[in-house]
Amino acid sequence: MVGKTLAEKLIGWHTASGTASAGEVVIVKVDYTFSHDAAGPLLINQLERLKTIGTQDTEWTSNTVFFVDHAVPAPTKEIANDQLLVRSFAMNNGIALSDAGNGICHQVLAEEYASPGELIVGTDSHTCTAGGLCAFATGMGATDIAVAMKLRKTWLRVPESFKLVIEGHLPRGVYAKDLILKALSILGTDGATYKALEFHGRVVEEMEVAGRLTLTNMAVEAGAKTGLVRSDEKTRKYLRELGREEKWREIKADEDAVYEREIVIDATELEPQVSIPGSPDKARPVSSVKGTKVDEVFIGSCTNTRIEDMRVVGQIFKGREKARGLKLIVTPSSRRVYTQCLDEGIIKILIEVGATITPPGCGVCFGALGGIPADNEVIFSSSNRNFPGRTGNPKAQTFLGSPATAAATAINGYISDPREFL
Amino acid sequence: MSGRAWKFGDNVSTDEITPGRCLHLRSNLQELAKHTLEDARKDFAPNVKSGDFVVAGKNFGMGSSREQAPLVIKLLGVRAILAESFARIFYRNSINIGLPAIVCKTQSIEEGDELELRLRDGIVSNLTRKIELEFPRMSPTMEAILNEGGLIAYVEKHGDLLLA
Ligand code: SF4
Repeated sequence: MVGKTLAEKLIGWHTASGTASAGEVVIVKVDYTFSHDAAGPLLINQLERLKTIGTQDTEWTSNTVFFVDHAVPAPTKEIANDQLLVRSFAMNNGIALSDAGNGICHQVLAEEYASPGELIVGTDSHTCTAGGLCAFATGMGATDIAVAMKLRKTWLRVPESFKLVIEGHLPRGVYAKDLILKALSILGTDGATYKALEFHGRVVEEMEVAGRLTLTNMAVEAGAKTGLVRSDEKTRKYLRELGREEKWREIKADEDAVYEREIVIDATELEPQVSIPGSPDKARPVSSVKGTKVDEVFIGSCTNTRIEDMRVVGQIFKGREKARGLKLIVTPSSRRVYTQCLDEGIIKILIEVGATITPPGCGVCFGALGGIPADNEVIFSSSNRNFPGRTGNPKAQTFLGSPATAAATAINGYISDPREFL
Repeated sequence: MSGRAWKFGDNVSTDEITPGRCLHLRSNLQELAKHTLEDARKDFAPNVKSGDFVVAGKNFGMGSSREQAPLVIKLLGVRAILAESFARIFYRNSINIGLPAIVCKTQSIEEGDELELRLRDGIVSNLTRKIELEFPRMSPTMEAILNEGGLIAYVEKHGDLLLA
């Protein structure tokens, strides 16, 4: 029998037959479903239509989470009304609620819910983030998720997998974010459509879960259904620190698993990467765009802004001041990360450098609030997308890079190499 | 019944179809629809007519899982979206709400061409150019959902998810 990829294993464990192979269409049991304030009202509407269908209410609500994270605190009465609907629906139906200020859905899922071996679907394209913990997790629309919530199952086409092998070791100033931007520049925005990206190699083995979550977060930026990293001692350590070690299990792909494509990246010679405005796959070495004037820096989003990222940012900012006239917005990814930053003195550093700290949530990442740039301004963001208009103003331009590159850029006022500050 | 082609390029993102800055309109689809694709083509939403077609290149609908993106296109009366390829979630969302998303060779279609869709035959007729474009059948799963008019209608009818 031929070996299985991670995607085949994880999906297989959730089918009636207990097995799955790439290319098959299968019905799978889901362990967790979730939604948030930006998709929730539509999803609730669909749930109402499915009222008479599916399992008893108490069953379907037990492994479901609603988040209020996309625009917090609500900037308009319409958004406040949508959030009220999501909040009260959750409270009235016994659904777990992660309310405004608690953090971005993907970060909170990693901290509190997602575990190795699970199958998770949610109304957000970056649901694939949980693949960093070796859960098969993928994003869908409100209708799919309403059905998945009600029936505790969904249908999937089992994806073929690409093997991304990251060899060597990470040089100073180069992070998981730089690796995934580099990988995207090889794959392109649709280079992995319908596929699973499986991350391998020495760098990934030595990487903490925080970095792995950054890699898997952006799998969707190549069109992939999900990104996956094996579950090992690093995963165990991460869960232990969160008090969930009992959820750990070891999972790895079979040695003889079949991959559609294999890409090898040697990290050792890699420079920090920056994606120029348009799409995240337009990544290039920081040296080629160094010196570009920047009006705003955003350090936030579900891609990074975990405590490991914030420590690097704190190290770069310590004892310095942001460039004059530059707007610096920092949005911790969760309440937990915010508290850790406070305990470790990073918040004080951020205030002293001149940052505006906005509450845990998506912030300006998708342009609904919290630092929308003015016409013709240039924003440097640590988030995952820089499509036209993404940060709220189609007349602004968005560059992407690591939190470290963003921090260095905020000090100088132009795109800068973080290695100068480390 | 025919309609005109509205042409778009490659990699049109959901941020261009329904921008995040319009988040406050997500529960007011009629209003949201007025902004459909405005960052890609300002003239589209005010002028598109019922029965018209969105015609695009590669990877249409990349990015977010927001189902409002295909919903507002459908609400404006668009008969179908024709593209060289679609982003995964957008494709699934379109079929789930009963909006045909057709993978076909769109290079031969020009802006303003009169098109007619014969879904069951797998043919788009370009009446302006007198060309018939054949397209491959969608997967049986997708076809079953679309034939019922969308996923909710499918589940209501069968009382379950039977696709596989
Ligand atoms: S931080 Fe940005 S990418 Fe992540 S869930 Fe929020 S809006 Fe989406």
